[in-house]
Amino acid sequence: MSAIAKPLFTPSRGEEVEDPKEHLMHDPMPRGEMNSMVLDSMHSTTWKYWTLTGILAFIVVTCLFAAWYYLIMQGLGVAGVNRPVFWGIFLVEVVFWIGISHAGTFISAILRVLKVESRRPFTRAAELMTTFGLVQAGISVFLHMGRVWLSYWLLPYPNERGLWPDFHSPLMWDFMAINTYLLCSTMYLFLPLIPDLAMARDRSTGWRKTFYKILAIGFRGTEGEWKNLKTAMNIFAFAIIPVMFSVHTIVSWDFAMATRPGWSSSVFGPYFVIGALQSGMAAVAIVLFMIRSTMKNMKYFLRPEHFEALGMLMFLVSLAWAYFYFNDYLVPWYGGDMWDKILNTFIQTGPLWYLWYGMLFCNLAPLVILWNKKWRRIPWLLAIMGFVINVGMWLERYVIIPETLTINRMPFTWRIYVPHIEIVLTIGNFAFFFLLYLLASRMIPLIPVWEVQEGQESHILRKVGKAKISTVSEID
Amino acid sequence: MTDKLQAPVSKNNEIVTSNVWGMVIDQDLCTGCQACVAACAMENNIAFVGETDAGYGRSIQWIRVERFWQGSFPNIKMTPYQPVMCQQCHNAPCEPVCPVFASVHSESEDLNLQVYNRCVGTRYCANNCPYQARVFNWRDYTDARIRPELVTLQNQLNPDVTVRRRGVMEKCTFCIQRIRHAEDTADSENRSIRDGEVVPACAQACPADAIIFGKLDDPTSKVSQASATSRGGHLLEELGTLPRVTYLAGGA
Repeated sequence: MSAIAKPLFTPSRGEEVEDPKEHLMHDPMPRGEMNSMVLDSMHSTTWKYWTLTGILAFIVVTCLFAAWYYLIMQGLGVAGVNRPVFWGIFLVEVVFWIGISHAGTFISAILRVLKVESRRPFTRAAELMTTFGLVQAGISVFLHMGRVWLSYWLLPYPNERGLWPDFHSPLMWDFMAINTYLLCSTMYLFLPLIPDLAMARDRSTGWRKTFYKILAIGFRGTEGEWKNLKTAMNIFAFAIIPVMFSVHTIVSWDFAMATRPGWSSSVFGPYFVIGALQSGMAAVAIVLFMIRSTMKNMKYFLRPEHFEALGMLMFLVSLAWAYFYFNDYLVPWYGGDMWDKILNTFIQTGPLWYLWYGMLFCNLAPLVILWNKKWRRIPWLLAIMGFVINVGMWLERYVIIPETLTINRMPFTWRIYVPHIEIVLTIGNFAFFFLLYLLASRMIPLIPVWEVQEGQESHILRKVGKAKISTVSEID
Repeated sequence: MTDKLQAPVSKNNEIVTSNVWGMVIDQDLCTGCQACVAACAMENNIAFVGETDAGYGRSIQWIRVERFWQGSFPNIKMTPYQPVMCQQCHNAPCEPVCPVFASVHSESEDLNLQVYNRCVGTRYCANNCPYQARVFNWRDYTDARIRPELVTLQNQLNPDVTVRRRGVMEKCTFCIQRIRHAEDTADSENRSIRDGEVVPACAQACPADAIIFGKLDDPTSKVSQASATSRGGHLLEELGTLPRVTYLAGGA
């Protein structure tokens, strides 16, 4: 057993020493009580919950599935895509949702590997976001295709004609990367979930018992099982980090590999990764705020300190994003390519100028707010910042895809894109994400209880001289 | 994978050298009459998309006549008319980006082919085409069940060319059905294709004879001599796509 002194808080000069009880790790609760708190939050459903679920389900059926059926039957003519803007909002949605799905894994895997203690109560909520975000990204890919009923041709399956997909195509890489990521992140969501599912199994009756019994795959909590679980989780946590970075880099290559002004850029890889983290972190803030303010008992688990930690991450990522954004303009300016110049002039002063300025405002304004520690601790303010950042990131993808496509090297074909049915389907996409989350919030424990308990057990306040120092010991 | 594609073999079992088909467009002769556009539509079963869609940039044209002007009528300064079609690049950017091999390179004709029944409609090729030569079937423009006005128009369809349905990409083929026909005729008569034997629809219809078509690998052909003149140039040559269409401009 090793112990490291690791202050959870550093009171600055003049500031009052905080109450250690403010921290979840130093405010322990008996195990049984905590377990029933989490289960209680899952079991309690009010009429408001069912109304919201019903409305969302209705929106999903009409705006997503019915509209999609119409789109498939009519062809993409009912969308707003044209020549030269062959890629419209559907691809914006793909990039946006993959971006959202990034933060789940980032928070969970990187913070787990780095042993950041504040991650403990919100990894699950973030991982769920990854999976559900990827579902939306996948749907958007299929929405985008002209003949979606043949989309299985993208899979390398043996067939009579001896035809394989073309592995030269960045779209093929993208398809493979998204599938890998979906598989990995689902596994990574499931592994830390097993002990909690077992906990739920032992404390529920009826259909829930059967449900959790199947999902918990017979976990009993023996020494060997814990050891295997931790090993598997460690492997996944380390392995998924490069996967995560590669996925969004590959998404960016869909654009960076093309011979188009504004797309063909070598900085797109890291720039997209940072952009993904930017929108993903912001989405975590929104989701955490919603969970905290609508679900029972969540104010105990999700505290201002967690929002502060998240706000700090958002702040850092915002700074990095600002740098990359600046760089993305600096390099074309230095390169002095005529088409890049025309494109940038169009984006900033053309008829859609407000998108670009909106994007800059939405992504840079949070820097001012998130700077302040006191403001970072206000959950609703952080949720608003998250919303603003996500609007900004959505606009950024809109600028990169349909707006950049407006300008090409044949000025005769320049034309502005006006979305049509995409708007309806986008609403459907968002509704589907929230519907899945809403349903999952009552099916699986949104708080990794065992991780919180483990954290609380390993945190001790030690007296060093007159001061009390928070120390973490590793439990083997 | 299947066996590597065999090089085309003639009747006498000798390997036929690769045919490099090319085109020359004399912009000084072009009057911008759009006869090529109409002829192309007739020959290749190109769908009529209707006014609304055409106005929104969805018109299906394998060849378009670009025109640019400065100032307002009548005091305008114009550039020469520029008919643009698929440039049949030797290094085509559209080909490697297709995830399902729907956009492929023909080894025997050295042309870019679009395999309609393999296309799944990701539209990546169209994004990556610097000439914007590719057009997409946004709707079922050719289905007479949806558009009753097409019932009689369907009688004029060219039986040698596929009719495309919604969700697939298409583009100029250099009238490959005519090239094939000439190849077959020449093969049955045991000779090589004569210069001027293959005439694509656009060249056939051009009243000013501004479009010349033929083999670029034959130094005596009209097209290779015309493309070697000092007036010649290629569109967006700097991208390294090695286009097969030469534009002549700036002469007397």
